[in-house]
Amino acid sequence: MNLDIRLPIGMLFTIVGVMLSGYGVLSDSAIYQKSLGYNVNLVWGLVLLAFGIFMLLLGRRGTSSAKPAESTPEGRAIEQAEHQRGVEM
Amino acid sequence: MATTLQLGFIDYAILATYFALVLGVGFALRRSTKSSTDFFLSGRSIPAWVAGLAFLSANLGAQELIGMAASGAKYGISTSHFYWVGAIPAMVFVGIFMMPFYYGSRARSVPEYLRMRFDEKTRGFNAITFATMTVFSSGISMYAMGLLLGALLGWDFHISVLVSALIVMLYIFLGGLTSAIYNEVMQFFLIVAGFIPMVFLGLRDVGGWDGLSQRLAVTATQAGFAPGAYTHAWQYMGNSASNPMGVEWFGLAMGLAFVLSFGYWTTDFLVVQRAMAADSMSAARRTPLIAAFPKLMFPALVILPGMIAIALTTQAGSGFSLPMKPDGSLNYDMTIPMMLGHYFPSGLLGLGLTALMASFMSGMAGNVTAFNTVWTYDIYQAYIRRGASDQHYLWMGRMATIFGIALSVVTAYLTTQFNNIMDMLQLVFAFVNAPLFATFLLGMFWRRTTGHGAFTGLIAGTLAAAFHHGLTLPRGSGAGIKGGWLGGPLNIYPSEMAQNFWTAIWAWTVCFLVTIIVSLATRPRPDAELRGLVYSLTERPSSAGEKWYLRPTSLGIVVLAITLVLNIIFF
Repeated sequence: MNLDIRLPIGMLFTIVGVMLSGYGVLSDSAIYQKSLGYNVNLVWGLVLLAFGIFMLLLGRRGTSSAKPAESTPEGRAIEQAEHQRGVEM
Repeated sequence: MATTLQLGFIDYAILATYFALVLGVGFALRRSTKSSTDFFLSGRSIPAWVAGLAFLSANLGAQELIGMAASGAKYGISTSHFYWVGAIPAMVFVGIFMMPFYYGSRARSVPEYLRMRFDEKTRGFNAITFATMTVFSSGISMYAMGLLLGALLGWDFHISVLVSALIVMLYIFLGGLTSAIYNEVMQFFLIVAGFIPMVFLGLRDVGGWDGLSQRLAVTATQAGFAPGAYTHAWQYMGNSASNPMGVEWFGLAMGLAFVLSFGYWTTDFLVVQRAMAADSMSAARRTPLIAAFPKLMFPALVILPGMIAIALTTQAGSGFSLPMKPDGSLNYDMTIPMMLGHYFPSGLLGLGLTALMASFMSGMAGNVTAFNTVWTYDIYQAYIRRGASDQHYLWMGRMATIFGIALSVVTAYLTTQFNNIMDMLQLVFAFVNAPLFATFLLGMFWRRTTGHGAFTGLIAGTLAAAFHHGLTLPRGSGAGIKGGWLGGPLNIYPSEMAQNFWTAIWAWTVCFLVTIIVSLATRPRPDAELRGLVYSLTERPSSAGEKWYLRPTSLGIVVLAITLVLNIIFF
């Protein structure tokens, strides 16, 4: 697999974080009566934004993305066993 | 509900962002999906943490979220038994003891393991019942979503069902299991992100855990229980009459924990498939254990909102109330949507709804990927067309995705017409599932178990479940879909849940005994054929040399220790 899962997660939360916190700044404070007076859009938007950026950074470093079976000793042993059993796909 | 929620531009924008990314993942993975192993098993290349979160998320369908929140409102903290007594020990067990056979045997599905260990007929029985079940459960899930979005937002039922079906179909068609798994991980984070603010605001509103306990003491007294019945998980389990669940500790421990939870988490291909896709034996064993850590915390995200909702509902003037059903009883299923609507302003509301839709879609996708695999490998390749090229099976998997979803949509529409048929089907599935864990337990840990034994045991256990259900009733129900359809009733249970638990206990016991008796009377397979499939004939996977926090056993011990502490805190 050549796509690191952390990239789409990072993108999703970065975009949603920007949208929420931006809306939190711009929106009328009257709507926050529902949420007990907290500007939840701004606060939670910033939290999600931070999480999104963190995931993007991890994903870019690309440490432990998926490996093909042949690249680990276990994977090779399994491929071998499959071959012997004849259930190889 | 009197008025439906109004969504603003920002809410739709968040929903649209999510849909775009979900499809984007599918398109990005299309090019790396070249063989049937890529499509059905993600090329066995998924890292442990990704497989673990997907393992959890595939089960986090909306029925789970909505259902557990509803139970939280109905039964209080006792609902946590589904997690801290049921799911967690079962997840530890499957990771430490069973994964070596599932992963080590290289079976591509649970039914295929049954063929390797037992014989063709046992596999066929499991494959066909399982495939049918997945189609119906994703259909029922779509139906529930259509109803909920209609009630909440006034959205059209047809559009809700068709659009969500189309999106799930597209991303699985393109990227197969990997696409489903990646989206499940994304859905997991979304669900957590969408639910945390709701729990935080709800708790602030009722004055923290102490405030909630005080309010629930009123709720409990009104319902005729001791004041702590909703906030203590174990204290009132001594007698089925003194807790809102109507269950006593033995039925709970045996029925829910041992039979139902172990049966689900250890044999249901829907979840096991995620571990089979892991990139190594060690990762496969860690998959359910990694899933167990967030699972431990889920009661706070789903049960707690239910408890808050019922506390606010019973207190006059709180400004929040669960809606009524037409028959005048409370509609507990609306707990999560109502709480989201009550506390979330425009913006966060979009996130909350996206989380809810994500959970519907992850549940649906879990069923669809399990269906297309079992259909292609265990039904099509086994009985319809053997020995075709790998490209042919890959093509069949994609086709199965399309017609599996099409069948689910048909099921969703059937449900709108004949509600009872769905209840009946779910009942039949429950009968088929209840004994399965006995078959696996004996098959994996007793080498003398034979194919004839397993098959006869399964049939006998299924029949035992049906008979038990047909001869008993929960209190206050007439004969029919709730039981008693065979005459009697021989026993009246205090609640439907108690009846379900005991149906499972009967099914398991009969299957266990019949399998042993028939196995002893039939010829066992030679040991050489059972290597890698049975505990006593399989080398233990060694985790020496791995860091302690990567070893399945140490992870399992940590999870169980935390679970024990949680049970004590909420005793």
